[in-house]
Amino acid sequence: MKIIEVNDLGFKYAGTDFYAIKGVTLEICEGEFVVLAGKSGCGKTTLLRCLNGLIPHFYEGEFEGSVLIDGIDTRECPPYILSQKAGMVFQNPDNQLFALSVEADIAFPLENLGLPREEIRDRVDWVLKLLKIEELRSRSPFELSAGQKQKVAIASVLAMKPKILLLDEPTSSLDPVSAKNLIDAIIELNRKHRLTILISEHRLTHLIPHADKLAIMDNGKIIYFDEPRKILKEDVLMYGVSIPRVVEVVREMRKIGGCLPFKEVPLSVDEFIRDLRGALR
Amino acid sequence: MIKFESVEYVYPSGVKALDGVDLEIGDGEIVAIMGENGAGKTTLIKHLNGLLKPTKGKVLIDGIDTRKVTVASLSRKVGIVFQNPDDMFFSENIWEEVAFALRNFGYDEEVVKRRVENAINFMDLANYVDKSPFTLSGGEKKRLALAIVLAWSPDIIALDEPTIGQDILQKEKLLQVIKLLNSQGKTIIVSSHDIEFVADLKPRIILMKRGRVIANGNAEEIFLNEELLRLCNLLPPQLISLSKELSFIGVKPKLYSPRELAAEIMMRLQR
Repeated sequence: MKIIEVNDLGFKYAGTDFYAIKGVTLEICEGEFVVLAGKSGCGKTTLLRCLNGLIPHFYEGEFEGSVLIDGIDTRECPPYILSQKAGMVFQNPDNQLFALSVEADIAFPLENLGLPREEIRDRVDWVLKLLKIEELRSRSPFELSAGQKQKVAIASVLAMKPKILLLDEPTSSLDPVSAKNLIDAIIELNRKHRLTILISEHRLTHLIPHADKLAIMDNGKIIYFDEPRKILKEDVLMYGVSIPRVVEVVREMRKIGGCLPFKEVPLSVDEFIRDLRGALR
Repeated sequence: MIKFESVEYVYPSGVKALDGVDLEIGDGEIVAIMGENGAGKTTLIKHLNGLLKPTKGKVLIDGIDTRKVTVASLSRKVGIVFQNPDDMFFSENIWEEVAFALRNFGYDEEVVKRRVENAINFMDLANYVDKSPFTLSGGEKKRLALAIVLAWSPDIIALDEPTIGQDILQKEKLLQVIKLLNSQGKTIIVSSHDIEFVADLKPRIILMKRGRVIANGNAEEIFLNEELLRLCNLLPPQLISLSKELSFIGVKPKLYSPRELAAEIMMRLQR
């Protein structure tokens, strides 16, 4: 079932003379894990803002085409309703956290929705457990590590029980192990809880093996949208997409020539070793 | 030559960010400072131009004790490109932004003009000279921050997390710029989490944890030491992991480039 339907979408920010995105058409089904890649400034953030209604409700400009989230036209629905359908996590968690305790931060949007006290308590318990951060409940968000903060930011979004989680470069300021832990948590949300994920990232190594689809944007347009393995057959470096190093190795092996032990391009070290062992057996 | 002697630094909040740092960085070296969030990398970099002065111990830049001179005088030797370039900008347009420090150093307007032009061309910003720094994209801001430092050509250039938010094309450009500057004799210090970027740069690596230097060695040596990496919340470059897993066909663990590893694998497979 389609949960995101973008039709010929274009947006020009007020005060600029070019379209940040133009002619974007995209369909994402419920439960899909989609990675959004492309150069800095190619329109990834603008597209994400269109999906949770920040555009056109918060950012002014010229809006073309349409965005349907779970069947609802974003132009006709206020952001506070949309945020219960599509929650957004930003690059810098500090912009999203402000309360005195993690618990209060997560409860804040729920209180705004006017939910009953018990419901709020249940949901806070649920997300803390879901993201395995129960021990952070009473801590101040500002004394947490960057990786913990980003998990709290995700928790406060998930507490709204959205069907879609949008993430805009959520790992870019995290150290590698914290980044991998966060990615693993996001993958689990998708696999176990069927949450639809759309994540923009520059570092694709740990994401690509789990993605159902890869979308590559350039100059405000989506130029590829397919299974990662199919797209990575082509040279996408010119679009600022850093492919996993194992894929680069396979490409270099292909240049040397001869018979390669792979039927399909391996996307991770595990896949590479599995296929090589299989071929040598 | 940069020398840290038992440097401690305690922030006014009471947090001890550097806890007995001893290190030496020679002229013309490329050094990467790595470690988890909060390990003390940025604090260490801020000591290079005297922006922070040690609470205990001392930092010597070409023999000059940073506690005894001003940031302005040290800045002629040491240029720092900060993680968030917005913190550096205040001028109306990019040309003025790059010219500001040069004028402060008292250069003739003619020299200022020549140096600003060179730096702006070098960082591919010529089309933007009249734009406000604040209208640039994240990647362009990073390039401007580097152009500002290049304009006055200090001997030591430190870059704090230069690859954050940069796409692969910008990273490759940055890699070339760093190598070019180093070939001109500049000392380069980079703090970074970006394993693959550092693997391409192949610098000497200084590993930090909780305000201390816990290891110091060439990139291959450090990246092969999984225990050490884990201790610092780092992961090995993907091709180190792959080369380790390939021991069953006789590949030795090494910091290969994709091309080198491909050639090695094909050679082993043909045997």
